[in-house]
Amino acid sequence: MTDAYLALLGKDLRVELRTLRSLPAMALFAVTVFVVFRFGLDRTGLEGELAAGVLVVTLLFAGILAINRLFVAERDEGGFELVRLAPLDRTVLYAAKASALLLYLIALELIAVPVFALFFLDSAAALPPLIPVLLLADLGLALIGTLISTIATMSSARDLLAPLILLPLLVPLVIATAGAAEPVLRAGGPEYERFGTWLAVLGLYDGVFALVGYAVFDFLLED
Amino acid sequence: MSAETPAISLQDLGRDYGDRAALDGVEVELPPGRTLAVLGPNGSGKTTLLRVLAGLLRPSRGRAAVLGCELPGEVWRLRGRVGYLAHEPLLYRDLSARENLRLAARLHGIDRADAADRVERLLEAVAMSERGDDRVAELSAGMAQRVAACRAILHEPELLLLDEPDAHLDADGSRLVGALINGGNGRTRVLVSHDRERALADADLVLEL
Repeated sequence: MTDAYLALLGKDLRVELRTLRSLPAMALFAVTVFVVFRFGLDRTGLEGELAAGVLVVTLLFAGILAINRLFVAERDEGGFELVRLAPLDRTVLYAAKASALLLYLIALELIAVPVFALFFLDSAAALPPLIPVLLLADLGLALIGTLISTIATMSSARDLLAPLILLPLLVPLVIATAGAAEPVLRAGGPEYERFGTWLAVLGLYDGVFALVGYAVFDFLLED
Repeated sequence: MSAETPAISLQDLGRDYGDRAALDGVEVELPPGRTLAVLGPNGSGKTTLLRVLAGLLRPSRGRAAVLGCELPGEVWRLRGRVGYLAHEPLLYRDLSARENLRLAARLHGIDRADAADRVERLLEAVAMSERGDDRVAELSAGMAQRVAACRAILHEPELLLLDEPDAHLDADGSRLVGALINGGNGRTRVLVSHDRERALADADLVLEL
């Protein structure tokens, strides 16, 4: 199973590196939104709740661009059939796709978060404590995004359905991520009020959706 | 599966799409190692039948047993034992022919050394060795179909499902792919074709839909 997982993950990463269909669009979207916020809010600095909201929501919507495309090749180029005919547990595809999406989100943040800091933060002191927050948020978005992308891919209303189902399910993730990021992004340097609690909530959310994905993915690929 | 067990046994098989019956009352008993030709006009359910036999679609009614596995309940036992060549190549367009075949080999659990050897042998058999590193998007439809034929038999399936295997192929391609898909010793085949003469020449049994 490990070899099948690595084969599917390697295929996705190779195709993305070759075609650059998702990552540049995600990065460009995030940077553009930061520019719009900078001029729209007419502020050179953000802090606390507002900073956390701008960062989290922008990354979330940039992530949806990749989620919408996640299973297009499987649907149009026979990938679902390939996996369904092979002697393997189909959750391997879920794991590989969620891992690929997680890597896209991390790559996005390697570009977008420094740009966010450059535009809106006085110092880079908030960035290290943001790392575990964003990693847990990415994991949750990857797990639930992969699941919803599978459902949406089977539908003709793919582009509408993914955000429509996904966004309500992501509300707890957004609350927890913004809750953890808010004290870290306060003016005067990071604080850690309820930081551990919010990380625990994110970890719990990730755990629940990992189990849900494992339990239902096989059924989603059924006829 | 014992020698007496039919490779395919269908009794009153039906499959609906919404209110429309794509298949109805299909009866087949095909012994192992034989070839079944499925004939019929467009929309008669030929592709639907192949997808049911592959375990990709659930029957709506009736009984279907393939390689001794009752469908859909035992479909998991069928995985890895069926090769499916669709009338469209269904290959990843941004991977090369070689990469597509190696990926399929890894998903079927074929070890890497053996897989590399099989991939090269198969590409050579369909005269695609030189173009094997080209992305599928850069190949003609006929070339992609040759690669798809390689993928269908790469894991040496017991049952080969062929949906218009000559689609997009020129005379040379048809000959090469024909040699490849006819070559399995004791392999059971189901052949869907619009070429009635060819299908009848290859078939041990004919199903008209």
